[in-house]
Amino acid sequence: MNMISPTRRRLVVVGNGMAGIRALEEILERAPQAFDIVVFGAEPHGNYNRIMLSPVLAGEKTFADIVTHDAAWYADRNIELVAGEAVVEIDRTTREVVGERGTRRGYDVLLLATGSDPFILPVPGANLPGVIGFRTIADVHTMLESCRPCAHAVVIGGGLLGLEAANGLKQHGVDVTVLHILPTLMERQLDAVSAGMMRADLEARGLRVLTEASTKAIVGEDRVTALHLADGRELKADLVVMAVGIRPSVALARAAGLAVGRGVRVDDAMRTSDPAIFAVGECVEHRGQIFGLVAPLWDMAKVCADTITEAAESAYEPAVSGTRLKVTGIDMFSAGDFLGGEGTEEIVFRDAARGIHKRLVLRDEKLIGVVLYGDAGDSAWYFDLLKSGTDVSAMRDGLVFGPAVAGAPTAGVEALPDEAEICGCNGVCKSKILAVISEHSLTTVDAVRARTKASASCGSCTGQVEALLKHALGNAFDSAPRIRAMCKCTAHGHDAVRAEIRARGLKTIPQVMRALDWSTPDGCHSCRPALNYYLLCEWPGEYRDDAQSRFVNERMHANIQKDGTYSVVPRMWGGLTSAKELRAIADVVDRYEIPTVKVTGGQRIDLLGVKREQLPDVWRDLNAAGMVSGHAYGKALRTVKTCVGSEWCRFGTQDSTSMGVALEQMCWGSWTPHKVKLAVSGCPRNCAESTIKDFGVIAVDSGWELHVAGNGGIKVRVTDQLAKVTTDADVLEYCGAFLQLYREEAHYLERTAHYVERVGIAHVKAKMVEDAANRAALHARFLFAQIFSQDDPWEAEAQKASRFADLASVE
Amino acid sequence: MDGVFSQTWRDVGALDDIPRQGARTVATAIGPVAVFRTLDDSVFALEDSCPHKQGKLSQGIVHGHSVTCPLHNWVIGLADGIAAAPDDGCTKTVPVRLEGRRILLAAGP
Ligand code: SRM
Ligand SMILES: Cc1cc2nc3c(=O)[nH]c(=O)nc-3n(C[C@H](O)[C@H](O)[C@H](O)COP(=O)(O)OP(=O)(O)OC[C@H]3O[C@@H](n4cnc5c(N)ncnc54)[C@H](O)[C@@H]3O)c2cc1C
Ligand code: SF4
Ligand code: FES
Repeated sequence: MNMISPTRRRLVVVGNGMAGIRALEEILERAPQAFDIVVFGAEPHGNYNRIMLSPVLAGEKTFADIVTHDAAWYADRNIELVAGEAVVEIDRTTREVVGERGTRRGYDVLLLATGSDPFILPVPGANLPGVIGFRTIADVHTMLESCRPCAHAVVIGGGLLGLEAANGLKQHGVDVTVLHILPTLMERQLDAVSAGMMRADLEARGLRVLTEASTKAIVGEDRVTALHLADGRELKADLVVMAVGIRPSVALARAAGLAVGRGVRVDDAMRTSDPAIFAVGECVEHRGQIFGLVAPLWDMAKVCADTITEAAESAYEPAVSGTRLKVTGIDMFSAGDFLGGEGTEEIVFRDAARGIHKRLVLRDEKLIGVVLYGDAGDSAWYFDLLKSGTDVSAMRDGLVFGPAVAGAPTAGVEALPDEAEICGCNGVCKSKILAVISEHSLTTVDAVRARTKASASCGSCTGQVEALLKHALGNAFDSAPRIRAMCKCTAHGHDAVRAEIRARGLKTIPQVMRALDWSTPDGCHSCRPALNYYLLCEWPGEYRDDAQSRFVNERMHANIQKDGTYSVVPRMWGGLTSAKELRAIADVVDRYEIPTVKVTGGQRIDLLGVKREQLPDVWRDLNAAGMVSGHAYGKALRTVKTCVGSEWCRFGTQDSTSMGVALEQMCWGSWTPHKVKLAVSGCPRNCAESTIKDFGVIAVDSGWELHVAGNGGIKVRVTDQLAKVTTDADVLEYCGAFLQLYREEAHYLERTAHYVERVGIAHVKAKMVEDAANRAALHARFLFAQIFSQDDPWEAEAQKASRFADLASVE
Repeated sequence: MDGVFSQTWRDVGALDDIPRQGARTVATAIGPVAVFRTLDDSVFALEDSCPHKQGKLSQGIVHGHSVTCPLHNWVIGLADGIAAAPDDGCTKTVPVRLEGRRILLAAGP
C-alpha cells in the first residue's frame, strides 16, 4: 500500500515538459520515496518529445510516437499530474502554488521548468487567428488544419525551427514561403557557403525563400489572408508561422519576486534566488546565458536532482551543443565557433558535384567549430574532438576527411567518457547503453533501441550505438553471423529455420522450437506467425494451421480497427461486381447497421465498424449471395486490379478484365510471406498500375508483358520486367511459378519487392524464365498447395459462431 | 489489501471454452474482461484494454505469460498487467482462479 508518510517532503514541479520531467526522473532515480510529487502542466497531456514535433508536422511520426510519459507513468509513480492547468501564482510565504482553475498545492521544494515562449513579432495583425508560433502539439494541429493543397503559408524566420516548419508544411502540398531578415539562412548554424547550399536544396524541394525580407504587417478580416513586406510586396497567406526566436517563460517567477534577467537566474546548483525554489530548462539564465537546445537540459536535470536529493554536490558547467536540421534528406551538422576569426585557422573541404561542404575551425591545434553540410556522417567524431579539446596536430592533414583517413588513434565511441551522451533526443549516455548490453546480452541495435530508446527518435546516433555494440562485444560482434536472428527467441535466421524444417521434417511449431533450441516456451508474436507460415508452405495439406499463432486479423478473417471493431471486405473478382452483389452488400449494411461503407484503393468495397460478435452473421449473409472473403486482412493474395481492356476500351489490346479474373481465381486463398497484389492492364497506358504490383501484367498487341516485384506502399518501387509471353496459359503459369518461388524463398514479412532486391532479378529469371522445367514444377507445387487453401474461411468460421461471442456475462 | 474481501467468485465457464494460447471475454460491471489461457493451462484475467490506446488484449497473441496487443505490439504481462520495457503502462488485473476445470472470476462487487 502506498502510505503517505508525514516525513515525506512535498515537491511541486511547474512545467510538464522535457526538462521538468527529466529532472523528476533523475530525482526518482536517486530517491524514489523521498517526495510526494505534484506536477502542473499547462498542456493538457503527459510529456512528449518536443523536438519530434517537426517529424509529426512532416507526417513522418504521429503524436503517439513521441509521447514519452503518458498518464500511466505518473499514476504508477503516485505522481499527481495536474494537466491542462497553468500555475498563475507562487506564494512564497505560505509555500503554495495556485493554478488558473484554483488548484492549490503546498510545497517544500518547488521546481520551475516552464520552458520558453515563441517570440511573436510586434507587427500589426500579429494577433489575428491563423498567426501562430511553433512550440506545442497544439500548434502542429493548427498548422495541419490549414494544410489544404493550394493553401498558402508564410513562415517568418529562416532558422532551424522555421525551416523545419516550412518543410513540414510543404510535405502536405502547401505553398510555403520562408522569410528571413538576414541575407543567409540559419546564420547561427551555417557559414555562408553551406547556407547557400541549404537554400538551393530547399528551393529544389519547392520552398520559396526570401532573404532580407522584413515583415511590415499581417492583414485579414477575421483571420489572416496576407502579409505585407516592408518593400511593399504582398504575399498571400492562410497561415503565418512565427519562428523568429524564443523567450524564456519567466512571468510566473518574476511575479513571485525571484531574481530574473533574461531568464530565471540560477546558480551552479540550479537554485534560484529563493533556496526552496529551483529551475531547469529553457526558462533559466545561468551565468548570463540562456538556452535553446535539449542537450544542456539533461545536465541541468542531473545537477538539480543531486542538489534536491542531497545525493551529491555537483555544479552545472555549460557545454557546447551541436545542432542538426531534422529535415529528411538534408544532412547537416554544426557546433561550436564555426565562423572563426582572429587567431583561428580554417580547413575547408568542398565537393560541389556531390553537394558536400565541410568547414573545421581550429585554434591552438584544437577543434573549436565545425560545419558539415551534405555529409554529416562523421559528426559524432568531430563533436567529440571538439568537446574533449583534443590536440589534433598529429592528424591534421586528414582531419577533414574523417576518422578513417585521419588515422585517429581511437576513432569514436570507445574513447568517450562513460557519461558521454550518445542519444541526444532521449538523453541516453554511453554507460547506460553499455550496461544494458551486458546485462541483457544484447547483440543488435534494435534490441538496444527497445531497452533504452537510444536512436529511436531521429536516428542520427544509430552509427554510434552500433559502434558501442561492436566495442562491447568485440570479436563476438564481428564473428556474429551477418544473418539476423528471426527474433529474440532464437539465434537462427529465417533461411536456416526453413532449411531445418525441410531437412529434419519438422511438422509442428513446438517441434521446431524444441529441435532448434528456442529460448522461450512458446515463442513470441514475431516468430510464431512466421513459423506457422513456413510450416504451412512446406507441408501443404499436412500441416494443421495454428490459429493462435496468427495475428488477430488472420484469426478473425477481418481487419481490426482502432476501436476494436472490424472491417469486412468481400472479394470482387478482378474488380467486377453485379447488381446482385451490391444489393446483398446493401442489405447487410442495413441489417447490421454498419456505419461506414468505403470503396477501397484495391477496387472493392470495405464495410467498416462491424462488431466482433456480428462477424459470423455478416459473413453468412455475404456467402449466401455468393461472395467470399477478400483476404484484405491476410499475408495472402489481396486484390487483382484490372482495367476495362479490349472488351470496351478503344485502346485495349487484350481482355485484361478476364485475365484478371482468371488470375484471381487461380491465386485466391494462397498464404504468402507478405501480402501479394496483382494487376492486369489492357495496354501500355497501364490504367491498372501494373508496374507497382507484386505481379503485374500489361497487354501488348503480340501478347503479355509480365512484371514482378513492384510496390506502391511505403517506398515506391517500379517492377522489374520478367518476361514477355504470348498465350493466356503462359501468363497463368508464370504467375503461379513466381508466387511459389516467392512463397518458398522469401522471409516472412518480406514483400516481393524486398525479396527480389535481396536475391536479385537474375536469380528469379534463372529459376523460372530460363529453366522451363523448373517453372512448370514451381507452378505445379503452387496449384497443389491451392487445393488446400481455396476454401472460404468465412464459411468455415461462420459455423463456429460461438467463438466470436463473450464467454460469459457477469454484469 | 485492507481486507476488503467482499468480492464474490463467479463461475464464468470451463477451461476448455478458451483455446490454449488464447482468450475469451467476459462482460462485467467494470467493462469487458479478457480471460487468458496459456500454454501451461494457467488462467489470467485483465481488463480488456491496452494501456497504450485501449487495444483489445483478448485479441492479441498469447506467448509465455504475456500477450501482445493487436494494435501496436505492446507486450503486456498477464500476471501483473505491466507493459514490458521500454513501453510504460499498466492494465488492471482481475482476480481469477481455477476450481478443477471451472474458471472463477471476481469482477465487480
Ligand atoms: C482498406 C485499404 C485503404 C482503403 O480504404 O482504400 C487499406 C487499408 C490498410 N492498409 Fe493498405 N489498404 C488498401 C490499399 C493499399 C494500397 C493500394 C493498392 O493495393 O492498390 C497500397 C499500396 C500498394 C502496395 O501494397 O504496394 C497499400 C499499402 C499498405 C502498406 C504498405 C505496404 C508496403 O509494402 O510498403 C501497409 C503496411 C503493411 O502492410 O505493413 C498497409 C496496411 C494497411 C492496413 C492493413 C493497416 C493495418 O494494419 O491496419 C489497413 C487496413 C484497414 C482495414 O482494416 O481495412 N497498406 N494499401 C485498401 C484495401 C485494398 C483492398 O481492397 O484490399
Ligand atoms: C519544433 C521544435 C523542434 C526542436 N528541435 C530541437 C532539436 O532538434 N534539437 C534540440 O536540441 N532542441 C530542439 N528543440 C528545443 C527543445 O524542444 C527545447 O530545448 C526543450 O523542449 C526545452 O525543454 P523545457 O522543459 O525547458 O521546455 P518545454 O519542453 O517547453 O516544457 C515547458 C512546459 O512547461 C509548461 N508551462 C509553462 N508555464 C507553465 C505554468 N505557468 N504552469 C504550468 N505549466 C507551464 C509549458 O506548457 C510546457 O509544456 C526544438 C523545439 C521545437 C519547438
Ligand atoms: S488505410 Fe492505409 S494509408 Fe490509410 S491510414 Fe490506414 S494504413 Fe494508412
Ligand atoms: S493499443 Fe495496445 S499497443 Fe497500442
